[in-house]
Amino acid sequence: MLNVKNVSKTYQGAGQTLTVLNDVNFTVEAGSTVSIVGPSGSGKTTLLGLCAGLDRASLGSVELNNIRLDQLSEDERAQVRNRYVGFIFQNFQLLPTLTALENVMVPLELRGEKNVRARSISLLDKVGLHNRLHHYPAQLSGGEQQRVSLARAFANNPRILFADEPTGNLDVETSDKVIKLLFDLNQEAGTTLIIVTHNLELASQTKRIIRIKGGHIVADENN
Amino acid sequence: MDIARFKYKRKLRFGWLLKMAWRDSRRNRSRLFLFISSIVLGIAALVAIFSLGDNVRSDIESQAKTLVGADLVIESNKRVSSRIKPLLDSLGDQRSVERTFASMIYFTKNDGTRLVQVRALDGDYPYYGNIETTPARAARSFRKARQALVDKTLMLQYNAQVGDSIQIGDVTFAIAGVITKAPGRTGISTTVAPPVYIPLHYLDSTGLIQKGSRIATTYYYKYNQPAVIESIISDIEPRLEKEGLDYDTVEERKRNTGRAFEDFNQFLTLISFIALLLGCIGVASAIHIYMREKIASIAILRCLGVNSSQAFLIYLIQIVTIGLIGSILGAVLGIVIQQQLPAVFKDFLPVQVTTTISWKAITQGIISGVVISLLFALLPLVNVRNISPLYTLRLAVEQIRFRDPLKWLVYAAILFFVAGFTWWQIHNWRQAIIFTLSILGAFLVLSLVALLLRWLVRRFFPNSWNYLWRQGFANLYRPNNQTLILIVTIGLGAAFIGTLYFIQDILISRVTLSGSGNQPNMVLFDIQNSQKDSVAVLTKQYKLPVMQQVPIVTMRVEEINHQTSAQVKSDTSTGYRTEAYEWEFRVTYRDTLTSSEKLTAGKLYGPVRSSDDVIYISMEDRYAKRIHVNIGDHIIFNVQGTLIPTVVGSLRQVDWQRVQTNFRVVFPTGVLEEAPQFHVLVTRVPSPEVSARFQQAIVRKYPNVSVIDLNLILTVLDEVLDKIGFVIRFMAGFSIITGLIVLIASVLISKFQRIQESILLRTLGASRKQILFITAFEYFFLGALAAATGILLSMGASWALAKYSFNAPFTPHWLPILILFAAISLLTVIIGLFNSRSVLNKPPLEVLRKEV
Repeated sequence: MLNVKNVSKTYQGAGQTLTVLNDVNFTVEAGSTVSIVGPSGSGKTTLLGLCAGLDRASLGSVELNNIRLDQLSEDERAQVRNRYVGFIFQNFQLLPTLTALENVMVPLELRGEKNVRARSISLLDKVGLHNRLHHYPAQLSGGEQQRVSLARAFANNPRILFADEPTGNLDVETSDKVIKLLFDLNQEAGTTLIIVTHNLELASQTKRIIRIKGGHIVADENN
Repeated sequence: MDIARFKYKRKLRFGWLLKMAWRDSRRNRSRLFLFISSIVLGIAALVAIFSLGDNVRSDIESQAKTLVGADLVIESNKRVSSRIKPLLDSLGDQRSVERTFASMIYFTKNDGTRLVQVRALDGDYPYYGNIETTPARAARSFRKARQALVDKTLMLQYNAQVGDSIQIGDVTFAIAGVITKAPGRTGISTTVAPPVYIPLHYLDSTGLIQKGSRIATTYYYKYNQPAVIESIISDIEPRLEKEGLDYDTVEERKRNTGRAFEDFNQFLTLISFIALLLGCIGVASAIHIYMREKIASIAILRCLGVNSSQAFLIYLIQIVTIGLIGSILGAVLGIVIQQQLPAVFKDFLPVQVTTTISWKAITQGIISGVVISLLFALLPLVNVRNISPLYTLRLAVEQIRFRDPLKWLVYAAILFFVAGFTWWQIHNWRQAIIFTLSILGAFLVLSLVALLLRWLVRRFFPNSWNYLWRQGFANLYRPNNQTLILIVTIGLGAAFIGTLYFIQDILISRVTLSGSGNQPNMVLFDIQNSQKDSVAVLTKQYKLPVMQQVPIVTMRVEEINHQTSAQVKSDTSTGYRTEAYEWEFRVTYRDTLTSSEKLTAGKLYGPVRSSDDVIYISMEDRYAKRIHVNIGDHIIFNVQGTLIPTVVGSLRQVDWQRVQTNFRVVFPTGVLEEAPQFHVLVTRVPSPEVSARFQQAIVRKYPNVSVIDLNLILTVLDEVLDKIGFVIRFMAGFSIITGLIVLIASVLISKFQRIQESILLRTLGASRKQILFITAFEYFFLGALAAATGILLSMGASWALAKYSFNAPFTPHWLPILILFAAISLLTVIIGLFNSRSVLNKPPLEVLRKEV
């Protein structure tokens, strides 16, 4: 499903080159669940961005669903994201001017699909928000916003779901509910799940944990 | 899997884009309203002026006949020769004659005297339209009695009533009516010498028609079948030309009036356009901040699969829609303003203007508004294409800097549009480019000042100053600062107001300077040969100096270097300007230079003693250059039918600023002494009372002599300038109010940026007074710097205008400049504080809930 080969990422700073990722290699099978863990500044979010096609590697290649992302333009990668990828972010990243329902509808509308509204309502129903359809993000609690984000992420039946610290902004109780929902939906849809997190309890629920430090993979173990 | 299938092929899905544009704008519409408001006034001014133009054009078309008052008009500035008289008397099915000249009139009731334009009329002219009078019947009845029609302003000025008497020359006329409107005359054209109509058959008995008198004769013809006029004109044109007669037809007048109005209209359109451009800076600023706030949303959309074109289009649709709404609102306001324009411009319009809605003007205004607001909005909008989805993971918005080559294309498009729009108005690429470059220059200077200020404050930041000063200073360069936008908008407004003020000042001081000190301030003209000495004696009796007394002979050019007018017209390679042949020269004769003259080439040859002597004339150097004449060129003058061959012997530089008689052509003595001539006497009166008494004496004793009092000219000029000033102020008002709106919008928009910080300061314990100080200091600094830069720009522009256009010295008065500077700085502070009042007056939490 995901094949990361010799990936390095460097940034040009004030007169010096900063290497964030250095020769990273791993493969993720379809349907598996993987956590990427590591301390702050270890490069895990950068790695997630590269895997999801949000950015390009300085060296190496990323293959997602057999598509070489490094050979595509930004607009082509956008199309790949819309077709195969779902996202969950730490700060939810809902569009503030759209209602909960509209936020979920966007990926489906973009694909030009039919019955968008009914399918989106059904997804929001699944995450327990059938009575919050027409609320704007600012009118929802953090947990509710993350559940809308979950519904949106699964709306286009993604082959792979990337989650960046999905519980980072939630309290423990709400985190537990969101994690349960995430894994339930994932199991139901058979999606490949990649989570970047500090939360070892969350990481322990995935089948595999990749530990990263200083831009290198320091451990790759199965749970 | 084949990656080719992911090559970009996605449809744009326009319906969805519209839907997304609508959804995205939901919570920002009040912000977008600010964007609308800055262009509304500019569009309103454009639509109003476009509509006025359309209405005047169609009114000229429909009222052209009443402008002329007849089907054919033939004019002569000299006595009509007996050769052409039979022809003139045979034309038309009905005809009228009018003889026009400047003369003094005397109000017998209160001894008032005034220079007027006497129009002695015979016949039923006007055949189309009316001389509008109060009472209405007076326009017809005065022709049958010893009665006169007197201009409205003159009646008011001398507190005269219908039934009072005026004396013109030796004849006393009863005032039959007050002229409110005469065919084809606008308010301004009658200000210097207001018209007075009398019946023609009393003209001779006034005793004003004497040898050398400058009298114009106009023949008005009505044709029962106006279609024949064109063929008649082509038959008689060569004869008219030979006799030096001009003609005017309805079609000709349509063209000339249209042309004169177009100049005026172009000027108004360009002023409106400046208001629109100023509004567009507001647009660019508002959209810039709007797009900054949208970066997060765009990044999310990009994550979800929206491509760069779709993201760009979502916002483009919003901008175009809002630009369209703004333009439509502007057009509606423009229609309202248009109703008022005929009243504002009444003194400058040649016809009675209707206020019909012009759909063409509305469409032009709306299209211009949408295009230009879009172009300016594109500057920040092109950045949308570069927003990476990565910002969803790392949203470091403050550090985002876009360098997009497409921006240069947008800048080029803006310049091209501005130049193109200007060309559309004035049809002259050179002037259009100068106009565009001037505006660009002002923008650049103000932008550079703003950038320099930011750099200087950052580079030499006063770290040792207390916190409030430092915070106020720091606001000038910190992220989301308003330094650039406020300095450009306020600066342009200040430059505009300053330039208007300085021009008015230059024009007025140019005249008042001439009248100060021991400079002459009264000119007596039309003095006959026989009256020359006794007028001088009378002047001295009133203890007034005879500062100059010169003879004047009127003549025309017949040939230049053996080329006649007809030859020059048919062969343009000669380089002589045809205007030289059309001009009626007022020439004097003497063998010396006056104090206002300086020889620049050749020499004065002295008196002509025998008929074989070559007559060397002296010509004003600038005029000689204009008509391509040089030393040694041969010119034959026609003095009332007598041809006088001359050679250009010298060129003189003339200071036209002095109130004294100055001449383009000076003859030597010994040539023109016997030619029909009149004399001019120049003197200085010490007070208005002496002036009035002296004028009364002159008018009573020498009714044919006309007097121009410089004080009167000053008053008239003041009135004219006041009227022009009102029009300029009215039009500049659009720019100034737009500038204020942009200022308010910029400050309001920045309020959203600054509010969290101010609240944080308040939460940390900053007092209301401290926040007030920081805010006031920032705005005062911006306002003061912008005002100073704008005023300096306006001084530069005014200096250039004074030097190159008005040929006048530029000595600005400092007090009004200081007042303007203080007013603009203070206004900026007031608006800044007014917009920040919610932060100052309400508890932090309440503001946070409401505004953030």
